Amino acid sequence: MIKNISNLGDAALYCDFGTEVNKEINKNVINYFNNLRDSNFLGITNITPSYNKLVISFDLKLTSFATLKKQVENLELKKNNNSKNNLIKIPVCCAEEFALDIKRLQKLLKINEAKIYETFFSKNYYCYMTGFIAGMPFLGDMDKSLFAKRLETPRVKVPKNSIGITEQFCNIYTFESPGGWNIIGKTPVDIFDNKKNTEPNLINPGDTISFYPISKLEYEKKYE
Amino acid sequence: MNKNYFEVLRPGINSTFQDKGRNNFYHIGIPFSGAMDNRNFLLANTISNNEINNPVLEFAYQGPKLKYVGENISINITGDVNFKIIRKNKNLEFSCYENIILENNDCLDILSTNRSVYGYLSIGGTFEVDYYLNSCSTNTKAKIGANSGEKLEKGQIIHLKNIKKILPKNKIEYLNSKIENIRIIKGPHFDYFSKDAIDLFFSDEFNVTKLSDRMGIRLKGPKISNIKNTNIKSEGLVKGVIQITADGNPIIMLSDHGTIGGYPKIGVVISADYDKLVQIPPGSKIKFKEINLKDAETIFKLYEMETQNLISNIK
Repeated sequence: MIKNISNLGDAALYCDFGTEVNKEINKNVINYFNNLRDSNFLGITNITPSYNKLVISFDLKLTSFATLKKQVENLELKKNNNSKNNLIKIPVCCAEEFALDIKRLQKLLKINEAKIYETFFSKNYYCYMTGFIAGMPFLGDMDKSLFAKRLETPRVKVPKNSIGITEQFCNIYTFESPGGWNIIGKTPVDIFDNKKNTEPNLINPGDTISFYPISKLEYEKKYE
Repeated sequence: MNKNYFEVLRPGINSTFQDKGRNNFYHIGIPFSGAMDNRNFLLANTISNNEINNPVLEFAYQGPKLKYVGENISINITGDVNFKIIRKNKNLEFSCYENIILENNDCLDILSTNRSVYGYLSIGGTFEVDYYLNSCSTNTKAKIGANSGEKLEKGQIIHLKNIKKILPKNKIEYLNSKIENIRIIKGPHFDYFSKDAIDLFFSDEFNVTKLSDRMGIRLKGPKISNIKNTNIKSEGLVKGVIQITADGNPIIMLSDHGTIGGYPKIGVVISADYDKLVQIPPGSKIKFKEINLKDAETIFKLYEMETQNLISNIK
């Protein structure tokens, strides 16, 4: 449940569900998100679920922090109609030119390249949220041995379709964008399809992802 | 069938079609976008007698050079903009915030936004543009909205429709005021920073760097040291949020910002200062001032009244 609601500036609510990151808290966040989407509270312009927070932005011409806070606190939650749990398989090419931070990671983690990849590919990952840039999935949890901090200064341009890791999470840069995650490879699959007017996202919160390695040759074939 | 169009002779630095933006897609990573300076967007459409959410052409720094082909059309430009119209080899000077009649083969040359960043071109009619998820706003990162999600390009044709037969003559006297003091409300991670760092944050000046665009403004100034953690678990952002990156520099989120972020949020720019914030060009210095929520709400009401006043004074 929501532990605390505070203001994020003058036109957003910051709902805190706790500090830990786990599926249970995250499913709670997503449940609130779904219920709020159906609520029709006046003035809501966006609702952003994340691991353990929910940010609700609103039109300050139509409502205010105090009004919306009361409405959210009194929201009656309908039963959680948990969405389908898809398993999605994503190919990754780890050629040197795509694995921009593998050398940094070897030093940082004191593990060799082969072991980093073996560990990375051995697990399935849960999708906690999508966003930052269109369609980008935030996946977890990584094996503890691969926990690494973000880059000190984020890159101004991370190439589209790069796979990044930081701490217990990994993600896929669905577009070229600034970003600070450690890049370990690249997928030929478009995760966000801007030609689709409905559901442009391939991966949604609650889905399960498994990555598998492909060679440079296979990568190029998939791109054709 | 009317054939009215602009040919893009020079695209300008960052020229995109915008309306008020798209709501309710943050959860899949799609930000509002929309015209950066909402007041100048509203004024542009009002002067053109258009519906308030009609697409406009937004430009930054150096704007486009456009050749017009078609029947007479009214246009107007808002912002702090230096432009001219070339008609039969003569340079004609005009002011912002008034309707101007463009004739066949006129060339509109938008030279500069002077000491600001964004300006707007509105026409008495409609730019023929694509919509995606209820808005034409171009988002060049997600490649969505008008112009296939891209900036204007040299040589392209912009088709126009619904050209107004009765050309409006509206105008308004308006001077864009500038600000250096940005008012903010404390963010949820205010306590990630030492008292010394907070004092520095509010007493020192920050430089607006060149790494600033529709996504955000990167600032450089005194290092704002963190005493807890330079990262947080990524969570939702809104425009105006000030994040402090691991190297101790602030980034202010603007209309095309990433929907979630992983740096501590020291504060959020108040809504009433947003239009002026986005107009501060690289090379400028800014300072932050803390105010409380109640004052921010009052100041917004006043700002909104002022905007509505301006709109009702257009004739």
